Amino acid sequence: MNDKVTNILLVGVGGQGTLLASEILTEVLMLAGYDVKKAEVHGMAQRGGSVVSHVRFGRKVHSAIIPEGEADILFGFELLETYRYLPLLGANGKVLANDLKIMPLPVATGKERYPAGLAEKISAQVPQSRIVNGLQLAIQAGNDRTVNTVLLGTLATLLDIDLDLWRQAIKKLVPEKFCVVNLKAFETGLTVGF
Amino acid sequence: MKKTVLSGNEAIARGAFEAGVKVAAAYPGTPSTEILENLVSYQGIDASWSPNEKVALEVGIGASFGGVRTLVTMKHVGVNVAADPLFTLSYTGVRGGLVLVTADDPELHSSQNEQDNRNYAKFAKVPMFEPADSQEALEFTRLAFAVSEQFDTPVMLRTTTRISHSKSVVTLGEPLTGLPEPSLSRNPAKLVMLPGNARPLHHTVEKRITDLEEWSSRQPWTRVEEYGGKIGVITAGISYQYAREVMPDADILKLGMVYPLPKAAIRAFAANYETLYVLEELDPFIEEQVRAMGINVQGKDIFPLCGELTPGRVHDALTGEHAPLAHSVDEPLPNRPPNMCPGCPHRGVFYALNRLKAYVTGDIGCYTLGFMPPLSAMDTCVCMGASIGMATGISKVLTEEDRAKVVAVIGDSTFLHTGINGLMDMVYNRSTATVIILDNSITAMTGRQDNPGSGFNLAGDGTYQVNIEALCAAVGVKHIQVIDPYHLEQTKDVIQAEMHRPEVSVIITRRPCMLVKRDNLESKPPLFVDSDKCTACRACLKIGCPAIEWNPEAGTKGQAQVNELLCVGCKVCMELCKFDAFGVVDDE
Repeated sequence: MNDKVTNILLVGVGGQGTLLASEILTEVLMLAGYDVKKAEVHGMAQRGGSVVSHVRFGRKVHSAIIPEGEADILFGFELLETYRYLPLLGANGKVLANDLKIMPLPVATGKERYPAGLAEKISAQVPQSRIVNGLQLAIQAGNDRTVNTVLLGTLATLLDIDLDLWRQAIKKLVPEKFCVVNLKAFETGLTVGF
Repeated sequence: MKKTVLSGNEAIARGAFEAGVKVAAAYPGTPSTEILENLVSYQGIDASWSPNEKVALEVGIGASFGGVRTLVTMKHVGVNVAADPLFTLSYTGVRGGLVLVTADDPELHSSQNEQDNRNYAKFAKVPMFEPADSQEALEFTRLAFAVSEQFDTPVMLRTTTRISHSKSVVTLGEPLTGLPEPSLSRNPAKLVMLPGNARPLHHTVEKRITDLEEWSSRQPWTRVEEYGGKIGVITAGISYQYAREVMPDADILKLGMVYPLPKAAIRAFAANYETLYVLEELDPFIEEQVRAMGINVQGKDIFPLCGELTPGRVHDALTGEHAPLAHSVDEPLPNRPPNMCPGCPHRGVFYALNRLKAYVTGDIGCYTLGFMPPLSAMDTCVCMGASIGMATGISKVLTEEDRAKVVAVIGDSTFLHTGINGLMDMVYNRSTATVIILDNSITAMTGRQDNPGSGFNLAGDGTYQVNIEALCAAVGVKHIQVIDPYHLEQTKDVIQAEMHRPEVSVIITRRPCMLVKRDNLESKPPLFVDSDKCTACRACLKIGCPAIEWNPEAGTKGQAQVNELLCVGCKVCMELCKFDAFGVVDDE
C-alpha cells in the first residue's frame, strides 16, 4: 500500500439514503485493511437539503474532509447535486452519477428552473464519467428501493477491492429481510460497470 | 483487540461503557444526540433523556454523589442551560467520576450560533479534553473518568461536528471492572454549597487547576511529533488533522487536554522554533494563553476566526492564495434548502400564520423551517423556549392593534424543555399573546427522540405522558384548544379568533410527526393533479410541499404535478385548490 489517499465524495438529497451507502462503503474499506475516515453532517441538513459524505482511505488518513479539488471520484445520487459539487473533483477525477432529477424547493414552487442538460455538462467537463439510470436497473434487479446498492455495485468496479468484502458489508448493514434483493442489486450494478 | 469503524459519538458511548458508567442523561442536540442513543444499547447502563440540559446535569450530579460514574451529554448551547449547576459542581467536585460532553458546532451546520465551549472550561475552572478522531474519543472518555476521580472534579470532553459525526477506525478496549458500589454518603462540607462551605472550596478549585496544569505537561496526551524541525504548530482536536494534512513537514505539539494548558510543555516546545503557529477553530483560546506566557505565535492573525477549518481554508490562510480548481460550475444553480417533510403537520399551521400576517416569535425545532419561503411565517428565533417569553415582551410595548398579531410557536419538546416557564410568566403577568404548541409528540429535528410528552423513554419503553393541555391549565391558561393541523380551514379560523382574544390562549396543534412509525399509521394513497382541472393558479405551491412540483412545460401556462413517490396523502393541498384539481390515486 503506498501513501496515496483516495477520496470519494458522495452527494445527494436528504432522504435518498446516501448515508447508508457511505456507511457500506466505509465498512468495505475497513474490511479491506485501509485506514478510512468518513465525514458527514446530520440534523438540519437531512430535511430534503443537499447532503454530502466525504470518504477517504489509504495507509493513513488525517482530515476526514476531502481537500477542495482533490476528490478522485464524485459519486452522485442526483444530477443537480452531482453538478453542484463538480469543483471539488480533481483534474483526473471520475464521476459516477445516478440519472435522477429531484426538484429543489425553488424549482418545485416555480420560482426557478431545474438546469437543463446536466448529464451532458458533466460529461463535457469530465471525460471519465458514467451516468446510469439507477431506478431502471433497480427495477430490473427486482426492487425499486435498491437504487443505491445498484450504484454501489457500479462503484465497486472502480475500486480494486475483493467483491466478497462488499457482499459481507451489505449483509452486515442492510436489514436482513432486504438482504437478498440488495445483493442482487449489487450484482446488477457490477454487471453494468463503469 | 477488535477493530471497527465508529463515529466520534459511537466511540464516546463505547468509552463510557468501557469506563464503567452506570448512569447517563442528556437532552438531544445535534451533533451530540447519538451518544446516548448508542449508550442505551449497552447492558447495565441507565441512560435517559431529560427534559432539558440543566436537569440532565443535575441527574448526573446526583448519580455521581451516589458513587457511580456518570456521563452527561449535550450540544454546545445546551451547556448554557446547564451552566448553573456546572459552575457550582466545579466547587463540590464529584464522588463517582462525572464527564460532561459538549458537542460544539463550528460552521453552524445545525445550530443557532457557533460559540466555542472551551471557554466554559476556563470559566467554570474544570479540565477539558478534546479528541482528534474516534480512537481518541474513546480513549479520552475513559481517561476523563479517571481524571475526574483522581482530581475530584467534573471533566468536560469537547467534540465538534467533524469529530462527533465523522467515522474512523477504532480498536476497542475491555470494560473496567471492580469499581466501587454506590451508597449514601453524607458529606455536607463538600456537598452543601452555602457560603461557609463554598469559600474554602474556591481555594481548592484554584489549586486543582494549578496541579492539573503542571501534571498535564507530563502526560502522554501532551505529545510532540517531529517531522521536519523548521516550523512548530501547537494544536488539538480536529485542527490537528488539518495541520498534518496541510503542513506535513511541521513539528507538532498535540494537546489532549485543552484546559488547563500544559504550560511547561508549551514553553519547552516553543523554544525550538522561530516560526510557531497555533492552529485552532473559532476563538483564539489556546493562542491568547500562549501569548500571555510571553510567547510570540501566529494564529488568528492569519487563520479564520469564524466557521470551521478545512484543509482548504488552512492552506489558503498559510499561502495567502486559493489553489486553482480543475472543474467549475459557471451558472447560478437553484439552492436546495432543507424543507419540512411531505405530510409534515407543521406545514398547514405556518400557511395559516402567513395568511393571517401574524408576527411569529419562533423557537428551535423542525418548525423553524417555517421561516423558509414560501411559508415565510417566522419573525424571530433565538434559543430553546424563547418564543413564549419574547411574545410576552414584545406584547408589552405594542399598540392594541399590533399586539393582536403576536403569536408564539413552540414544539412539544421545546415547550417542556424551557417553554413552560415562559407560559407561567405570560399568565402571571397578564400578557395577551397567543401561543401555539406544535405537538408532534416527538423531538423531531434531532432525529426523533422521545420526550416527557411522547409517552416513551429512551429505551423505547412506555411511560407516563405529560398532559400538555392540563399543564397549561395548571399554570392558569383559561383558553386552550386542541386542533388537527391537517384541517387547514379550522386551523386558520381558530388561530385568527385566538389572536384577537385579549387574554392568553394556547392552541395545541396535535398530529404525530410523519416519520414516527410507532402508531402504525395507515399509509394513505398519494394524490394526483387532474390536468384538465388545473388552471395554473399556483395556490397549491404556497404550502411549499416537496411532493408538489411546478411543471412549466405542462398545459399552456404550466401546471402543478404531484410526485407520487413523495406524496403521503395528507390532503392539505386539496383544501387549497379552488378548482378541485387534486384527486386520490386509488379513487381513479
